[in-house]
Amino acid sequence: MPAPIRLRELIRTIRTARTQAEEREMIQKECAAIRSSFREEDNTYRCRNVAKLLYMHMLGYPAHFGQLECLKLIASQKFTDKRIGYLGAMLLLDERQDVHLLMTNCIKNDLNHSTQYVQGLALCTLGCMGSSEMCRDLAGEVEKLLKTSNSYLRKKAALCAVHVIRKVPELMEMFLPATKNLLSEKNHGVLHTSVVLLTEMCERSPDMLAHFRKLVPQLVRILKNLIMSGYSPEHDVSGISDPFLQVRILRLLRILGRNDDDSSEAMNDILAQVATNTETSKNVGNAILYETVLTIMDIKSESGLRVLAINILGRFLLNNDKNIRYVALTSLLKTVQTDHNAVQRHRSTIVDCLKDLDVSIKRRAMELSFALVNGNNIRGMMKELLYFLDSCDPEFKADCASGVFLAAEKYAPSKRWHIDTIMRVLTTAGSYVRDDAVPNLIQLITNSVEMHSYTVQRLYKALLEDISQQPLVQVASWCIGEYGDLLVSGHCEEEEPIQVSEDEVLDILEGVLVSNLSSSVTRGYSLTAIMKLSTRFSSSVNRIKKVVSIYGSSIDVELQQRAVEYNALFKKYDHMRSALLERMPIMEKSTTNGPTDIVQTNGEAEPSVLENKHITGGHQPASQANDLLDLLGGSNVLPVIQTAASTKPASAGGELLDLLGDLTLSGGPVTVPTAPLSVSQTPFLLDGLGPQPLFNDVTAGIPPMTAYNKNGLKIDFTFERSNTNPNIAVITIHASNSMDAEMTDFVFQAAVPKTFQLQLLSPSSNIVPALNTGTVTQVIKVLNPQKQQLRMRIKLTYMHKGSSIQDLAEVNNFPAQSWQ
Amino acid sequence: MMQFMLLFSRQGKLRLQKWYVPLSDKEKKKITRELVQTVLARKPKMCSFLEWRDLKIVYKRYASLYFCCAIEDQDNELITLEIIHRYVELLDKYFGSVCELDIIFNFEKAYFILDEFLLGGEAQETSKKNVLKAIEQADLLQESQNEDWGGLSSDDIL
Repeated sequence: MPAPIRLRELIRTIRTARTQAEEREMIQKECAAIRSSFREEDNTYRCRNVAKLLYMHMLGYPAHFGQLECLKLIASQKFTDKRIGYLGAMLLLDERQDVHLLMTNCIKNDLNHSTQYVQGLALCTLGCMGSSEMCRDLAGEVEKLLKTSNSYLRKKAALCAVHVIRKVPELMEMFLPATKNLLSEKNHGVLHTSVVLLTEMCERSPDMLAHFRKLVPQLVRILKNLIMSGYSPEHDVSGISDPFLQVRILRLLRILGRNDDDSSEAMNDILAQVATNTETSKNVGNAILYETVLTIMDIKSESGLRVLAINILGRFLLNNDKNIRYVALTSLLKTVQTDHNAVQRHRSTIVDCLKDLDVSIKRRAMELSFALVNGNNIRGMMKELLYFLDSCDPEFKADCASGVFLAAEKYAPSKRWHIDTIMRVLTTAGSYVRDDAVPNLIQLITNSVEMHSYTVQRLYKALLEDISQQPLVQVASWCIGEYGDLLVSGHCEEEEPIQVSEDEVLDILEGVLVSNLSSSVTRGYSLTAIMKLSTRFSSSVNRIKKVVSIYGSSIDVELQQRAVEYNALFKKYDHMRSALLERMPIMEKSTTNGPTDIVQTNGEAEPSVLENKHITGGHQPASQANDLLDLLGGSNVLPVIQTAASTKPASAGGELLDLLGDLTLSGGPVTVPTAPLSVSQTPFLLDGLGPQPLFNDVTAGIPPMTAYNKNGLKIDFTFERSNTNPNIAVITIHASNSMDAEMTDFVFQAAVPKTFQLQLLSPSSNIVPALNTGTVTQVIKVLNPQKQQLRMRIKLTYMHKGSSIQDLAEVNNFPAQSWQ
Repeated sequence: MMQFMLLFSRQGKLRLQKWYVPLSDKEKKKITRELVQTVLARKPKMCSFLEWRDLKIVYKRYASLYFCCAIEDQDNELITLEIIHRYVELLDKYFGSVCELDIIFNFEKAYFILDEFLLGGEAQETSKKNVLKAIEQADLLQESQNEDWGGLSSDDIL
């Protein structure tokens, strides 16, 4: 039988293969030869065959049939065999296969071999791939070797012990005695591996940690010697003595000093020394500095040392080596919470890193930049971050946009700045903005009352340029729908007003509707916006009617439903249209991120939950509200939203009327649009009724007052502060009747000056019982952002003993706390 | 600790793989494939570190070979670069101006050297001289044993 071909020969041959198929053929041929050789139990060439098998395994071919052969090699007396055998075991065997357990006995024997290189092989294999069972069996042998004076073996035994502890943590105790004088070794290999072992033990067991704390002085001494000692050729790396050992000692010190004042103090000096004396020109020095910084930040170091550490990181940021910049940013990110001010000093450098070419560095710089934004630097930072948003890779845009929104919300110096910032994000990264951004933005815009004309103007201009970015188009459509009247009136305080005609506005919205770029959701926004404009524009109703009727047969079910409902609004319920499509009131914010129940910001003009609460269902024509305007007189008094009380609770389905049988329905058509509403809305409607206060905390401070007292009708006001928005005062009116006949069809209306916004919820009833036997309550919410003195005009109408009574009054005696 | 080290060429061919964590062959292949692809896609100006799954990958290219290590979260990336460099120096000293071909044809020796430098994912010897001395002695032992037993010489055995 000729000798099997040599390893190098095989390698050479296989490398000549020009195709995968050719290579596969060669491999199969050789495998067959090797297999038969194994079958013949050829001892001489077994190691050659296994070596070849290992080569083929590295190329990706199966080699499991060689596993047992590895075991035979390990059992052999020849060193060559053992070398290849152990290598094969480490490459081909793993603990999932029971075969590996057969190794245990061989390893045990070899751990006690007379030749240290054989012992070394055994320790290495055990330490790399020993399974838990093997570790349990052989831990004793390892422990023995840990105590030997042979440094070659001792260092290997230490790392082997580390592996044993990782696999079988309960065995940690048995290595404790052997650690007694590990650190007194002079041999660096043993020192290094001992420190690794001690680190592992301290990390796993608080008891061990406490026990080893006493080693701090010794560790400090060793580190000091490394730094102070002269040139040692054996351990020198670019002028630094054994950087590997230094780094491991620093890491162990970190663990020992954590949460311990004494230990931290004991290492203070050496840390300062390392931090200031280490050469920073090469990577190796910076590696040590990096570890030092991590240690300083983690232990209870004094503030001077901490500042030193952060400054080192700051210097790292300016280093040409991008690896160093990377670790600096990572470390700063970890410390920005605890040492915020110190990190702030390096803000400009961090911001410069946004322009780095490396993706990982950019990401970290972005995260860190957001962490550093505060009220003082918001303007500058935002400029940089928006510039970054413009130019960064798409993978960053979503996170960056979210970060910008969050930061803007927290620290916006002015409403206008806030809206400008949002506009900027929408126009530059609009397609990457998260879904919940649209409702949040709409809420923000609604609540920035004084910015409405500015906002709608800017959004309109943005739409003119680009209708491809859906979130932008959605927000813009919604705003134009809401504030279109401000747009065409050409009245804008913040900016040069533009001249826009109603037709131009409708052109843009219709453009969105028909565009291929618009998503289904966007189309919905746009259609609703067009519909809303029917009450805000004076000369475009016919055009709008036409558009709406076209979409009544749209393929898109959403659009079709909306169009059909809006059509109905034009036809049968035209008298309700203006009321239903009124300006949205201020929305309460319950959380920063989530859209709340109240914020139905999909632009629904249909009677939604919110609108039902102040619904002007019933036969309340717009003209009555206008009368109120006239009565209030003067151009400075203008209700921002029309207010009216409902003559019946809500425009609910017929079922609701049945449930609330005690309420009399006033004369006149009780028109109930059943079509748009579904029964499922009923629970909300019921919640909206009744006299319960909408907010929980009743501020005891504000005294109630009597607003009106005439002809037996007395109206008291009680006050609460909204617990979500301090600018909102919640007034509950209590109407009582001291006459001997009840007052029916009681309607309470109110108007406030222009700078206020008012929302009137449904009354508890419209019958005020006689002889003070009961009260009618109704909740008024007043938004007073400018904290001006609250004034109110009220109008009361009711039937008493067959005659209709109407009265107007002015309420000026609001207590100061209600509006301050 | 280092979880694994991979050496591969610019064409993605594996030249050495050392695993310090137990994984099935299939998993190892999958990880190797993924990582090789990721590292080869990196541009030259990018930094030597990247996050991959829950590990940190430290890689450096020496001539036509990529040296790629996976370390854990609390390990020091910069010192890992030094570890890679030390290994390259050891190979260089042993083979005399090492090149990829040396590692291809003498892969078992590359493993032996690695096993004298690292154990269980940690450095066992920080002195270059000591590692090389140990390898030298082991080679001598192998040689002398073969002679003693009248077998083939070291060069002929494999």
